[in-house]
Amino acid sequence: MAEIKNYTMNFGPQHPAAHGVLRLVLELDGEVIERADPHIGLLHRATEKLAEHKTFLQTVPYMDRLDYVSMMMNEHAYVMAIEKLAGIEVPVRAQYIRVMYDEITRILNHLLWLGAHALDLGAMSLMFYTFREREDLMDAYEAVSGARMHAAYYRPGGVYRDLPDSMPQYEASKIHNAAAVKKLNENRQGSLLDFLDDFANRFPRHVDEYETLLTNNRIWKQRTVGIGVVSPERAMALGFTGPMLRGSGVVWDLRKKQPYEVYDKLDFDIPVGVEGDCYDRYLVRVEEMRQSNRIIKQCIAWLRQNPGPVMTDDLKFGPPKRESMKQNMEELIHHFKLFTEGFHVPAGEVYSAVEHAKGEFGIYLVSDGANKPYRMKIRAPGFPHLASLEEMAKGHMIADVVAIIGTQDIVFGEIDR
Amino acid sequence: MATDLNILSSNLNEAFSDKVVSLEERLGELTLVVKASDMLGVFTRLRDDADLRFEELIDVCGIDYSAYGSELCEEGRYLPDVPREGRRFAAVYHLLSVTHNVRLRVRVFAEDDAMPVLNSVNEIWPSANWFEREAFDLYGIIFVGHPDLRRILTDYGFVGNPFRKDFPLSGTVEMRYDAAQKRVVYEPVTVEPREITPRTMREENYGRS
Repeated sequence: MAEIKNYTMNFGPQHPAAHGVLRLVLELDGEVIERADPHIGLLHRATEKLAEHKTFLQTVPYMDRLDYVSMMMNEHAYVMAIEKLAGIEVPVRAQYIRVMYDEITRILNHLLWLGAHALDLGAMSLMFYTFREREDLMDAYEAVSGARMHAAYYRPGGVYRDLPDSMPQYEASKIHNAAAVKKLNENRQGSLLDFLDDFANRFPRHVDEYETLLTNNRIWKQRTVGIGVVSPERAMALGFTGPMLRGSGVVWDLRKKQPYEVYDKLDFDIPVGVEGDCYDRYLVRVEEMRQSNRIIKQCIAWLRQNPGPVMTDDLKFGPPKRESMKQNMEELIHHFKLFTEGFHVPAGEVYSAVEHAKGEFGIYLVSDGANKPYRMKIRAPGFPHLASLEEMAKGHMIADVVAIIGTQDIVFGEIDR
Repeated sequence: MATDLNILSSNLNEAFSDKVVSLEERLGELTLVVKASDMLGVFTRLRDDADLRFEELIDVCGIDYSAYGSELCEEGRYLPDVPREGRRFAAVYHLLSVTHNVRLRVRVFAEDDAMPVLNSVNEIWPSANWFEREAFDLYGIIFVGHPDLRRILTDYGFVGNPFRKDFPLSGTVEMRYDAAQKRVVYEPVTVEPREITPRTMREENYGRS
């Protein structure tokens, strides 16, 4: 009989289940993982170094490109850091808009995660359903910012503009005739809030659909139950946050524990797992989508009732109104200074964190009083998660590595930065 | 939160009375500075003491203070609240206590600018592993006791520490595919460094009447 030796295998960086540019060097004993060494940095763009050479405002669009499936949440941590350091007051309406878009973003993120994770484990059809809903939310992104993904919508001092009163309409084309277009435009007759309200009413039913396909599915359970088990103590020692930590049964959510913006005024629950395996993390994320939907509904109701400003009126940080800019010297100068030299943030340091879809996304900002940050450190949730891959995968079969990468919700934009 | 921070800061003063270089609260955040020689004892106690219980190491961030406020401000204003004493490199640790729901920032300066050395906290919090590799890669801070101190974010065979303030934004090498040699070649950069918006500092309350 031939002697069987351990062998080393390269997984990625061009593997569809590697979720981006992960190069994973696996040492295998037969099909069992002995060692896993992730090589990262293939998408490193030195965002933090670039930020040191840009004004504070110019860095906002870079934030979208970190975790490119939950764009606005990245911006949120960054603008909150500036606001904290400079002492900028954000209008309440802007806070509600931010919270609503954070939750939209959380659903966007979890939908992509669910579709991709299920696809990795062999459930092809789910991707089609999740992307159907993502399309509506992308339209909501586009309606406020003009971009489907990289929005740059949150600004220090508020948000770029108020919610629009009308939604863009589909037009007749080779593919869609007039009747089809009319049907497509049915829920786009009112304002953006009407459109989102329609979505929020439909969405729980769609989540039920996903659950019908997976939750009690025998294959799904065989692939996820008991895979990648992490104990609560170990999860904290490894620096886990977000659904990864809650999946292990630790009751921790920044939205409840250290509330920012208006989360303390909203009613929602935090799902927590028991076993700490891939299946529990799946259940936690699915329930999070339902809770996000609840928050969105509450925000819609509030935003309908309470019009108001969405940007700070401190002209040193927020741009002046276009109209007054054309009439007043003062406003014109402010506008010019703001978009050439940029604003100055007082010397000091601050750490601001948000409950990102993937965990705790933090920005550590050091300013020496200039118009550019002295040092900006991005604390990406996926970074410590991926670091624990070896520990989670050791002793599992090679096919389970795919399940573990999937359950960690890896996105390389934020890990490599 | 404010009362929590008061309790925490008195607990810290009590626990590390002789080891605290400075302990300051600003913007609702507590910053502790300790000496590099004391760091392992302090961090172990921070994790294990029942009144402190910092179970999670959230982040380790390397910083190069060499250009902090220097050439731009007339007074040469350095960090007002940090006893920097001319030292260049520091690592900033962000800790989180899940039990007590508080955060703490700990700053440790490396004594030697030419070869910055700190102790690895990998034994205390395993999450430090990659964070320290990152600080080593980008700033060249050496963490003694780290099991696997390799570069992490930069390219294989990269030379230099890209986030140091004296490293140019454009880098030092660029690569392209050479059709004649049929392989990728590295060459010195041809990019001219340029600054679109100059870095400026203004006096306090600039432009406010």
